[in-house]
Amino acid sequence: MLRLWRKIRTVGRVAEPAPLPPATDQPPAAAALAGSVQIRHVDAGSCNGCEVEIGSAFGPVYDGERYGARLVASPRHADALLVTGVVTRNMAEPLRRTFEAVPAPKLVVAVGDCARNCGVFAGAYGVAGAVGDIVPVDLEIAGCPPRPEAIVDGLRKLTGR
Amino acid sequence: MNLAATGLACAVAIGVLTALAALVVPARSAVVGVGTVLSGAAAMLAGCAAMSGVSFVVALPALLPLSGMLFTLDALGGLFVAVTGAVAVAVGVYGISYTRAPDLRARGVQAVLPLFVVAMVLVPAAASAGAFLVCWELMALFSLLLVVAEHRRRPEVASAGRWYAVMTHLGFLSVLIGLMVFVARAGDDSFSALRDSARHLSPLVAGVVFVLALLGFASKAGIVPLHAWLPRAHPEAPSHVSALMSAAMVNLGVYGLVRVGFDLLGGGPVWWWLLVLVLGAVSAVYGILQAAMSTDLKRLLGQSTTENMGLVLVGVGAAGLFASSGNRTLAGLALVAALLHVVGHAAFKTLLFLAAGSVLHATGTRDLDELGGLRPVMPVTTAAFGLGALAASALPPGTAFVSEWLLLQALIHGLPASGVAAAVAMPVAVAAVALTAGLAVATFVKAFGVGFLAKPRSAAAAGAHESPVTMLAGMGIAAVACAVLALAPAVVLPGIEAAARVAGDPAVSGAVTLRLTGVTGALSPVLLGLALIVAVVALAGVVRVVATHRVRREARLWDCGGGPMSPRMEYTATSFAEPLQRVFDDVVQPELDVDVTHHEESRYLVRAVEYRRKVPDRIERRLYQPVLRFVATCGERGRVLATGSVHRYLGYGFYTVCGLLLLLAVTR
Amino acid sequence: MSALGVVGGIAQPVLIVAGSPLLVGVMRQVRARLEGRAGAGVRQPWRDLRKLLRKETITPRGTSEVFRIAPLLLVATSLVVAVVVPFVTTDSAIDPVADLFAVVALLALGAVALALAGLDTGTAFGGMGASREMTILALVEPTLLVAIFALSVRVGSTNLGAIVSSTLHDPARVLSPASLLAAVALIVVIVAETGRLPVDNPSTHLELTMVHEAMVLEYAGPDLALIELASAMRLSVFLGLLANLFLPWGIATAATPAALVVGVLALVVKVGLLGVVLAAGEVFLAKLRLFRVPELLAGSFLLALLAVAASYFLA
Ligand code: SF4
Repeated sequence: MLRLWRKIRTVGRVAEPAPLPPATDQPPAAAALAGSVQIRHVDAGSCNGCEVEIGSAFGPVYDGERYGARLVASPRHADALLVTGVVTRNMAEPLRRTFEAVPAPKLVVAVGDCARNCGVFAGAYGVAGAVGDIVPVDLEIAGCPPRPEAIVDGLRKLTGR
Repeated sequence: MNLAATGLACAVAIGVLTALAALVVPARSAVVGVGTVLSGAAAMLAGCAAMSGVSFVVALPALLPLSGMLFTLDALGGLFVAVTGAVAVAVGVYGISYTRAPDLRARGVQAVLPLFVVAMVLVPAAASAGAFLVCWELMALFSLLLVVAEHRRRPEVASAGRWYAVMTHLGFLSVLIGLMVFVARAGDDSFSALRDSARHLSPLVAGVVFVLALLGFASKAGIVPLHAWLPRAHPEAPSHVSALMSAAMVNLGVYGLVRVGFDLLGGGPVWWWLLVLVLGAVSAVYGILQAAMSTDLKRLLGQSTTENMGLVLVGVGAAGLFASSGNRTLAGLALVAALLHVVGHAAFKTLLFLAAGSVLHATGTRDLDELGGLRPVMPVTTAAFGLGALAASALPPGTAFVSEWLLLQALIHGLPASGVAAAVAMPVAVAAVALTAGLAVATFVKAFGVGFLAKPRSAAAAGAHESPVTMLAGMGIAAVACAVLALAPAVVLPGIEAAARVAGDPAVSGAVTLRLTGVTGALSPVLLGLALIVAVVALAGVVRVVATHRVRREARLWDCGGGPMSPRMEYTATSFAEPLQRVFDDVVQPELDVDVTHHEESRYLVRAVEYRRKVPDRIERRLYQPVLRFVATCGERGRVLATGSVHRYLGYGFYTVCGLLLLLAVTR
Repeated sequence: MSALGVVGGIAQPVLIVAGSPLLVGVMRQVRARLEGRAGAGVRQPWRDLRKLLRKETITPRGTSEVFRIAPLLLVATSLVVAVVVPFVTTDSAIDPVADLFAVVALLALGAVALALAGLDTGTAFGGMGASREMTILALVEPTLLVAIFALSVRVGSTNLGAIVSSTLHDPARVLSPASLLAAVALIVVIVAETGRLPVDNPSTHLELTMVHEAMVLEYAGPDLALIELASAMRLSVFLGLLANLFLPWGIATAATPAALVVGVLALVVKVGLLGVVLAAGEVFLAKLRLFRVPELLAGSFLLALLAVAASYFLA
């Protein structure tokens, strides 16, 4: 316990100073959320590269939570779905159902190139399409995998902070 | 003839006539139902009159050889007569359509029900040991006949009946011996003579009388360790009989204890009441623990009866402790709490058993693991059981909440009155009552949540239908009683205080706010309920105004995006109780059985896993089985004597008579 | 009903409703800072609530009115407790409800409503959360009762106002063994009842480790807002109860403006400090395995029992 306390004292603040707020516009549906976005993450068929980056976007260094975004356990609690990966055939229906389970107003964020346009998996036999083919996408975050900064940047567009 | 006498006479006459009518009239169910209601209502009137001070004495010397029968009604007896009558009213209405089932329509079964009510009404009205014992035995016999009503269809019923028959008669024997010892000292069997002679009784004799009576009455009230019959007989009896037994008959155990302990013996030394208190505390915790593990709806209710009677005995024991240390205010408070709990328990247990009967009627099962999803198909029964569960779990605004509050007040204020014994007993009693309250909440959340909400877990539950209107009306009567007792206990408190006069002074006053007299303490169940309702309504209004999306959207359950969820994925009563069972592993010692079936090809592939859990009654196992085994061995040995030869049997008789004559010759 | 009681009855619920999300915000902020994060700000819980109120309400198919009423009942119980318990003023607006047994039972009633709602959904997680919550409640409620009874035995009353006033008059009582034992027992059960570490992790996303969260997985929009508000209120109510039972100083005993301001400030400071300590403590703790939790609670039950025994014997 003392060791932990010493560590807390020596390490101090890990979070990097917040970069400038994103220049581009907020998706229209996000305005009603007014600075609080609960996020449910859906892995629709990702290689888990994107997940690692999402994990670090919410880690202490990038601290996505400081902008009012928070990961939650149920789509009922969520305002936005963070979908990663190409949508495989097995995940197409669950993705639709997850989208249906979110109370309005709701947003979908496609994270990573796979989610945007099938990326490296385009044309593979098990792929049902990009996220946009299954549910309406409000925001795309490019990259394979996208850097945590890009993810945080995308989240800030939603929260507007 | 005053109101009490007329009422009681009417109750008896109507009951007997109904029984006779049931034997001849074809539309038995309706006749018996109406007759029971009328008889119960008359008894209620008589009881209320007695509580308000009207009294009478009738001597019927011709009815019983040697001693005759003597009846009277005082406030204490009146309370129990009124409670029994009220339960009979609800049960009678309910029975009109409930007893249409083939097994229950039988002439004998129908005729016995009103007689059972009459016997129960007469027990608290008896004013001599002879009359008391006769009525007590009649009550036991009639209830036994009703318990075994469905023995043709289900073999368990017969076993339950045997347990009940043996234990209730052992209890009777104990009371009989106790009272006879008492009567032998007094020289006359009327209660007034007993009361007068109590002062001259040596402590040893008084102790023997009290302990014997306590044993007998505790066995009737289902107190640990004499409770074994209760979770057997109550669930196996038809549900309206379960209600009568659980809500009215067990009370008479308490009545007997109060009558003999406080009234006839005039209180006693500390150890008597410590014994009562400890028995009560153990029963309360043990009963509710068993109920928390139970997956059988009616068995659970039966075990909760043990719990509630335990709480009542805690109150009675505390009252005795206070009375023996001369503090009549606290003694009155504790006894009022105990008696209020008796009344409240009668109301909610009637409601719960009738609702359980309605479920059984509609689904044919009492296994909670197979129930569920009854809310859409049986809305009234669900509401009734919900109200009963709230009343039973000591949550505001519920019925048991008020009486448990009073009980805890009595225990809390016990400090100034305490000797060393009380200083040990009170904290333990407080802890037991608190633990019981906590476990009761979990138990009734399980019973209501698993049994009635969510999705049906079997075809039987899915095909359920609401019960006929008289059954619902019977539940409605009990529900109204629960609500009145929960919100306005002041309605019944004057009567209860009059009854509690045997031990102490009146202790509670006030209509809206219950105020304790003599010690500080106030509680207002009405204001509490009102505050809750106002808060809920105000909140609903605020949310309506503030929220921008006005419509509720229907959506499928969140099933993690996979296929639809089947009822097999739901939590069952067994799984609900599993964490609690682990917590109390050492106490309940459940028997687990896990069977794993493997695939033929590989031992590493599992085809099916079967999990079974049984929570045996440990006390029963440790205490009863050795006794039963011993009795069985004696029986085996005894068979040597019974060879079947008539000569030999005549010889036994001859030798016995000779032996007795010799004995007399020597001793005289 | 005195003027002081009426003022308290109005000031307390307003303060608790407005302040409890801020308390949660402060606690999250403290935790974030200790973890080296920047944190979302103290006002974030209020932003969350505002947003949830603007969202749609969802009724899952197959649920009954139990599911719909539970959030309202949950908040209503906390609200009634906030009105009656002596937080800011020693007098209570509805004195005959400011009873210890009534308050504990009211808070239990809220938990029961939520557990029934969890069962009502018929999902495995709902049932699991309800079962665990009830197991914890079945152990917490007795401990709470016994612990506070240890305090009320000497006062000779279970009225919370009376207990608080008597401690004010006789400060030495706080340091008696009964009182200290009861304090420790109370702290443990408050941690359990409000679903904090090490009993439950309020920010877990793993359904299998959840207790409270698992019951509310189906709630959305304003219903969820009510539940979040209620759990924040329950946290402040419990902390306020703890603060005022053992350190009642500052509470208003007269209906003067100055006394009331001091009363409000004292409550804010006490509850805020307790919250900060609780949040900081959580950083050093890992969640207990569910089946180790009862051992913790049984320990606290024994402590509470000792406290009662002590108050009988050492009186
Ligand atoms: S975008 Fe790249 S990292 Fe992300 S899931 Fe697709 S392949 Fe993996």
